[in-house]
Amino acid sequence: MATLNINGRDVTVDVPADMPVLWVLRDVVGLTGTKFGCGMALCGACTVHLDGQPTRSCVTPVSAAVGKRITTIEAIGETPAGRKVQKAWLDLEVVQCGYCQSGQIMSASALLAKKAHPTDADIDAAMSGNICRCGTYVRIRAAIKQAARTPSAVKAGG
Amino acid sequence: MERVSRREFLVAGAAAGGGLLLGWHFDARAAASPDFAPNAFIRIGTDGRVTLTMGQVEMGQGMYTAMPMLLAEELEVGLDQVQLEHAPPNDKLYANPLVGFQMTGASSSVRMLYTPLRTAGAIARTMLVAAAAQTWKVDPGSCRARHGVVSHAPSGRTLSYGALAETAAKLPVPEKVVLKDPKDFTLIGTPARRLDTPDKVNGKAQYSIDVRLPGLKIATLAESPVLGGKVSSLDDSKAKAIPGVRQIVRLDDLVAVVGDHMWAAKQGLAALVIGWDDGPNAKVSTADVVRGLDAASQEAGVVARKQGDAAAAIAGAARKLEAVYQVPFLAHATMEPVNCTVHVRKDGCEVWTGSQVLGRVQATAAQVTGFPLEKVVVHNHLLGGGFGRRLEVDFETKAVRIAKEVEGPVKVVWTREEDIQHDVYRPYYYDRIAAGLSPQGRPVAWTHRLLGPSILARWAPPAFKDGLDGDATDGAIQLIYDIPAIQVEYLRHEEPVLSTGFWRGVGVTHNNFVIESFMDELAAAAKTDPVEYRRALLGQAPRARAVLDLAAKQAGWGRALPAGRGRGVSLLYSAWNTYLAQVAEVEVSKAGEVRVHRIVCAVDCGTIVNPDIVKAQIEGGVVFGISGALWGEITLKNGRVEQSNFNNYRTLRMNETPTIEVHLVRNGEAPGGIGEPGTAVTAAALANAIFAATGKRIRRLPVKDQLRST
Repeated sequence: MATLNINGRDVTVDVPADMPVLWVLRDVVGLTGTKFGCGMALCGACTVHLDGQPTRSCVTPVSAAVGKRITTIEAIGETPAGRKVQKAWLDLEVVQCGYCQSGQIMSASALLAKKAHPTDADIDAAMSGNICRCGTYVRIRAAIKQAARTPSAVKAGG
Repeated sequence: MERVSRREFLVAGAAAGGGLLLGWHFDARAAASPDFAPNAFIRIGTDGRVTLTMGQVEMGQGMYTAMPMLLAEELEVGLDQVQLEHAPPNDKLYANPLVGFQMTGASSSVRMLYTPLRTAGAIARTMLVAAAAQTWKVDPGSCRARHGVVSHAPSGRTLSYGALAETAAKLPVPEKVVLKDPKDFTLIGTPARRLDTPDKVNGKAQYSIDVRLPGLKIATLAESPVLGGKVSSLDDSKAKAIPGVRQIVRLDDLVAVVGDHMWAAKQGLAALVIGWDDGPNAKVSTADVVRGLDAASQEAGVVARKQGDAAAAIAGAARKLEAVYQVPFLAHATMEPVNCTVHVRKDGCEVWTGSQVLGRVQATAAQVTGFPLEKVVVHNHLLGGGFGRRLEVDFETKAVRIAKEVEGPVKVVWTREEDIQHDVYRPYYYDRIAAGLSPQGRPVAWTHRLLGPSILARWAPPAFKDGLDGDATDGAIQLIYDIPAIQVEYLRHEEPVLSTGFWRGVGVTHNNFVIESFMDELAAAAKTDPVEYRRALLGQAPRARAVLDLAAKQAGWGRALPAGRGRGVSLLYSAWNTYLAQVAEVEVSKAGEVRVHRIVCAVDCGTIVNPDIVKAQIEGGVVFGISGALWGEITLKNGRVEQSNFNNYRTLRMNETPTIEVHLVRNGEAPGGIGEPGTAVTAAALANAIFAATGKRIRRLPVKDQLRST
């Protein structure tokens, strides 16, 4: 038994301690937005945030996520950086098949949360672990820059 | 105004699709429902809900936006007023006229359905207007449809489509409908927002790998590592002891582990001890394949295009050039590994997948289970990449075979390694090409003999005729240059060591690399600028010349570059009916690594439905093409595929991506295909740029380590 904090909620799962977070999310908890691409941290499709850090969930055992905040694509829109990234992704029509985009958006959101105005080199460093076979890289780069130019919205009621 | 009578429409459909469109207007009508469903694409509820059914599948290429644009333009509804649903398998209702059955591929959707879908929309609009006119007892000609509402200006009356649905459903389908004049288009030609993307940025989009069902088990599998091999022994004792492993399924050519979740299944698979009888391909290596192709290439092929006596003209030419070109086996490596969920019940079977050929999924499931077609329900999903991989039903077939042995629903997921090692690969092609030049260096004759398997002979047997495969020769037989004598030969050569099939542009992608690289060789032999050389041969092809000029201008062709850099050009024309010119700018390091800095494309694909999607397809196609040209390669050793994952099947990444510019030519010509040209045009432009930078001619792909200094 392990208790995980997923998108702000505590969830108790009965899984082996070495089971990767990816399969816990997808096959046990039912959050399928996080994708399986390679199983070896080579493609980035499975990227989630652990305490805000972009993490390849396909090679992260559930034991390493206990006590940390897991954020997935389903909730990244609740963060200022995630919201900006999602909007820029739609504004620039980044997406094609979309399968890798959960991971792309998680990597980009983590980058912008850490560095409000990333350089091209920052973008290369943060995004080169995420493969897109549809080849949307040119628009991803442009969308990250656009998101960086977007002022954070004032929280409703806040 | 374009007038399309229903009869003409049906005849047009029949000519290409075997009379299949006849079913649209009758079979698809829901007799008992008050909904208005004049054809298989449009349903309007009495609540005003407009549902468009997508016979073409969405795999990133934008069909869930382009197809609704065609329907909505003529139906007179906004894209924000429609809901989309995936079509069920039905080769009659949703036939792609290119092949006569339900198929998304070959850059054909807009090309083939531009008029049929507009007509479907116009039929519905005409009937809704008629319903309003009947209600108001006025002339339909005095009524106007706009934004889902019919209005009668003289009396100021309006009725929404929802209010008209029940009346419209009782009206006869009109014999003739009038399509809108393109100058009145409000959607077609605009960069309308994609309809499939909002759910793709928040995790809600459902691919087949995301299917969740009560009692669902997850399975993963090991297929014979050698094509044609069999399981000879199996020790599953350790696998069965792993928590969560529920069942081991042994079939003659594969073993699957069924578990509560993918982790249990993967762990179980790793714990299996499988003995394989490798069969006849046990010792095969890539070198054997190439030797076979080389030997076969000495024979003459079947003539696919003949103009003049090319052989004689070459023999008598002032100068002769000849070369051998080769391209490797390639995997698709779609980001969503192949997978399929199946529930075989006592009385029928249900399949959840993402396929470019839904009818074939239904057919294979029926065949494997023994159920009649109507007992097989297929649910389609968004595709996590297609590129031709999902034109095959090998994986659905295997999933159904496995599911037959399992109680309850089971999702069969290939690991990345199994996906790459059991793909249906782009074939290895081997080409002999030659040309004769005049004393001034102008080509007087051209011969091109291309060897490879016939995908169509397997996939669509009637299309393989008289020894010719129109897909394998596509792009080669349309050679657009003004050359007096041309002979193109095709030699079918099957190497049953790997399954081979479509791969983003397959025939054209291969042929364009060969043709455009060799054109560059001719230009170099003539000591003429490659753009000028081509341009002089395009007197009969103004659209081709226009895109060549545009790409060259935008790329700054001729402008000086730093040492180590070079520009290359290529030009594409094929059955897709799209003209595309590309200029690539590359840098080759001292160590022989290629860095692509800039790609400029000029595209004339005729009438454009959505210019932003056209640009996106070219951008993405270029990236796919770069990966394939620089590094893509599947090789065999002892019958086994040597590549397994993204560490050894390299694809382009963010830090390696060049700037990509796409310039569109706008005109009113018939729509051309756009999903594949960006890929097809890229390899030659890169290879020619490498030649410009280094003087080294690339005649075999991938480039990989060929430029490494020795």
